[in-house]
Amino acid sequence: MSEPILQVKNLVKYFPVRSGLLHKVVGQVRAVDDVSFDVQEGEIFGLVGESGSGKSTVAKTIVQLYGLTGGTVYFEGKNMSAMTKQTAKWFRREVQMVFQDPKSSLNPRRSIISTLEDPLIIYGIGKSRMERERIIRTLLEQVEMSSRYMYKYPSALSGGQRQRVAIARALAVNPSFLALDEPTSALDVSVQAKLIHLFLRLKEELALSYLFITHNLSLVRTIAARAAVMYLGKIYELGPTDLLFHHPIHPYTKTLIAAAPVVTKEEERVKPQEMSKEGEIPSPVNPPSGCAFHPRCSVAQSRCSEALPSPVEIEAGHFVWCHQAQDFAASESIKAETTGSIGR
Amino acid sequence: MSSNQRVAPTPDETRWAAFKDRLGRGWYKFRRNRISLVGGAMVLLFVFLASFAHYVTPYPRHAGAYTDFLNAFNPPSTAHWFGTDSLGADVLTRIIFGSQISFMLAGVVLGISVPFGVFLGLLSGYIGGKTETVIMRITDIFLALPALVMALAICAAFTPSIDKAMLAVASIWWTWHCRLVNGITRSIKTEEFVQASRVLGASHLRIIFKDILPNCASPIIVKITLDAGFVILVGAALSFLGLGAQPPAEDLGTMISIGSKYLPERWWMTVFPSLAIFFIILGFNLLGDGLRDALAVEEGG
Amino acid sequence: MVEGKAILDIRDLYVWFRVYEGLSKVLDGVSLHVQEGERVGLVGETGCGKTVAMKAAMGILKSPPAQFPHGEVLLASHDVLRMPPSEILKMKGRTISMIFQDPLSSLNPVFTVGQQMFDVIRYGRRRASGDGRLTKAKLRKTAVEELTSVRLPDPERILKLYPLELSGGMRQRMLIAMALVNRPRLLVADEPGTALDVTIQAQILALLKALVNEAGIAVLLITHDLGVVRKMAERVYIMYAGQVAGEGPVAEIFDDPKHPYTQGLLSSVPRLTGEVLAEGIPGTVPDYTEAPSGCRFHPRCSHAMDQCVKQKPPMVEVSAKRHVACYLYSGGVDE
Repeated sequence: MSEPILQVKNLVKYFPVRSGLLHKVVGQVRAVDDVSFDVQEGEIFGLVGESGSGKSTVAKTIVQLYGLTGGTVYFEGKNMSAMTKQTAKWFRREVQMVFQDPKSSLNPRRSIISTLEDPLIIYGIGKSRMERERIIRTLLEQVEMSSRYMYKYPSALSGGQRQRVAIARALAVNPSFLALDEPTSALDVSVQAKLIHLFLRLKEELALSYLFITHNLSLVRTIAARAAVMYLGKIYELGPTDLLFHHPIHPYTKTLIAAAPVVTKEEERVKPQEMSKEGEIPSPVNPPSGCAFHPRCSVAQSRCSEALPSPVEIEAGHFVWCHQAQDFAASESIKAETTGSIGR
Repeated sequence: MSSNQRVAPTPDETRWAAFKDRLGRGWYKFRRNRISLVGGAMVLLFVFLASFAHYVTPYPRHAGAYTDFLNAFNPPSTAHWFGTDSLGADVLTRIIFGSQISFMLAGVVLGISVPFGVFLGLLSGYIGGKTETVIMRITDIFLALPALVMALAICAAFTPSIDKAMLAVASIWWTWHCRLVNGITRSIKTEEFVQASRVLGASHLRIIFKDILPNCASPIIVKITLDAGFVILVGAALSFLGLGAQPPAEDLGTMISIGSKYLPERWWMTVFPSLAIFFIILGFNLLGDGLRDALAVEEGG
Repeated sequence: MVEGKAILDIRDLYVWFRVYEGLSKVLDGVSLHVQEGERVGLVGETGCGKTVAMKAAMGILKSPPAQFPHGEVLLASHDVLRMPPSEILKMKGRTISMIFQDPLSSLNPVFTVGQQMFDVIRYGRRRASGDGRLTKAKLRKTAVEELTSVRLPDPERILKLYPLELSGGMRQRMLIAMALVNRPRLLVADEPGTALDVTIQAQILALLKALVNEAGIAVLLITHDLGVVRKMAERVYIMYAGQVAGEGPVAEIFDDPKHPYTQGLLSSVPRLTGEVLAEGIPGTVPDYTEAPSGCRFHPRCSHAMDQCVKQKPPMVEVSAKRHVACYLYSGGVDE
């Protein structure tokens, strides 16, 4: 197995909470609290979770929008924190990001060509105005957009078109890895389908690897090879999507899948039973002790609030962070053997 | 997608066509509001008159030092629409020439204070932290003091003249723009397109000037338009108190001041310059409102 | 076609807007109805006109720039389009009530939960009995009852809080309480739960469904999220570009879509079972100032025929209670 293109080891990112005239630090938002995973070359790795899970922060820390509080990130084997100015510049070209909200990821006061020219100018891609314009036309073609839109402003474009421009912008520097933060969540379903196919096509054509962040479980199931489920800054389940969805073990994963809005009878049938009590998602400033899901978990035991669960590998590559993982896994396997069906 | 490039781009593609389209839309939004059209027309008229004062006034020689005591204190007539003043000069002519000074005052004041204020606002908003706190608190102190009183104090400290007045007003006017731009910068800073620029590796300067500043442009333009009226008013007030333009190069405020001595019998010497100020400011205000609508970014989606 | 009492009946509604580019003909003969106690979904993608239809139903479309060249909107048998605003106002909160998409922007941040609830309760009672005077105690009691019914924990304490101090889910519950307190006959829900997390949304929707069923309140659910519609609605209208493509029981339509647009739409939804995703629907939503003639979907439809361009297809019955506006099922104009 070749080395993964991205390795995240024990990533920690806290944000200080400041108050008062002197900006004193009064607390920490534990956005990301010891997260580890790998992304293989050419893979789509999904990161799922709800608000406060830290999934966006993971992406933004990886692309160096934020500095790490702890842990290490390796890209193509190189330690990101130990980079020189040269390698930092190289890194920025290799790793790019597409943001969630097409309304705000493009500057409303800049024309499309101006937005797309920026990365070219910064890295000296294209020596003259003419050349850059030519490159931009090619980029737009690549994302299936007519160059008619070059001089238009984002307000004249639809959500799907704006996202295509955002993708073109990320591709302008010729990256090999893209962090996609809910890139289709703000779009209609038919537009989303087109964009997903664009992502898949670009991945093949340009040999890209993706970190795909979303709260849409059906989407993760459809396109990601492997995925991790995050809750309040930590990963609680990780593995190949097939296995993850066939045998979800952690109560939070089950609750998440059970809550997913679906459109067909078949999908309803494969849903696991949700295992949560009615309640809100706690704030990452003061996460619950031990397993952060325990206050909402319908099968929580006393040890769940006392200690953090350690990872248990219940099948090849499928890890669960739950004190009762073995018990749950055992009951799942029995069910799978006797009824031959998936989940409940 | 085909990759054959057309030799001559279609109208849609050229920058000029896109620009014309935007202009058209902006004009459409602007002219929907009848009142702002009136304001715009007024401002255009006044600026035109002031620019070509020499050619449009009935008695251009009456501007500046001119005396004709035989004709002094004439009420409004067909020869002198607004009457004549204490020195015999045509009031209408002097108003138009006086407005030149007012516009010049506005131009210089805003020309100095706006760039300075915008620059500080961008800096403090972008850097944030303690730098921002320091700059904004200084701004707050300036803002807490009434503009007119400050200008008065500064003016009175030196020999009164129009340039001192301009400097005085400019020295406190930058604060409004600083605050405005600081606020905008702070909110834009967290927008995703700024984050995207950072991830792309843009330098801070590039982000400030290419991402943040364009978003400040509209509010700044609107504010300048609305400011123009107010700056003219402050300038006129200073002149009225004798601290600005001095005779014989009078501006509207000085004219009112001199004319007020002859109220109420010779009312035209005060009323007409006052009306002039009123309409100039009104024009700018109406125009400013209309511009605000026309320049508003369309929310699509 | 409308049996029983329809609390909302939109009949052949056309709505046009004057814009910079010309005349934007958004709604092109939209007909839909909601019976008493029924849960109806109105589904469509961005720009399909569902929001315009909803606003027309609420009587809140500003005219100008909106024009109503044809059609009626009957709310409890009152013609909303031709009613003076004061009359429409009387219906708000009592006959028709609404929950918006974003709980945060729907609530006034400077008033406490209690103040806002009391306001709504007083308003409703005044309309009912002409008597706005309610004792503080009665107001509190009613408010606490309502907040309990939406399963907000510790309602007494919540009354004293400000909306910003509540979580998104709690605010949505509060909105539901406010919308239902005066027992409207029709509740219009615009993208409920879109701003919420999936697990919270699931709770809220289950709650809403239970409450409206219990009280016999009709619901018009407007959304682009097909999964939400499946959970909440009994019957659904599918809209495309200002026209109604199809109508019928939710499960039936979703399991066996007939209209090519509906088929395309459903196949674009990623499946929890992990099937390969369809490629979406070729083409884009039309510009309403230059809308396609006849069936507005024809430029993007692989089954388009000549008559689709010539004339808008009528709604035909394809099974009991199910209608589709498509010539594939209606045998064409000349037959």
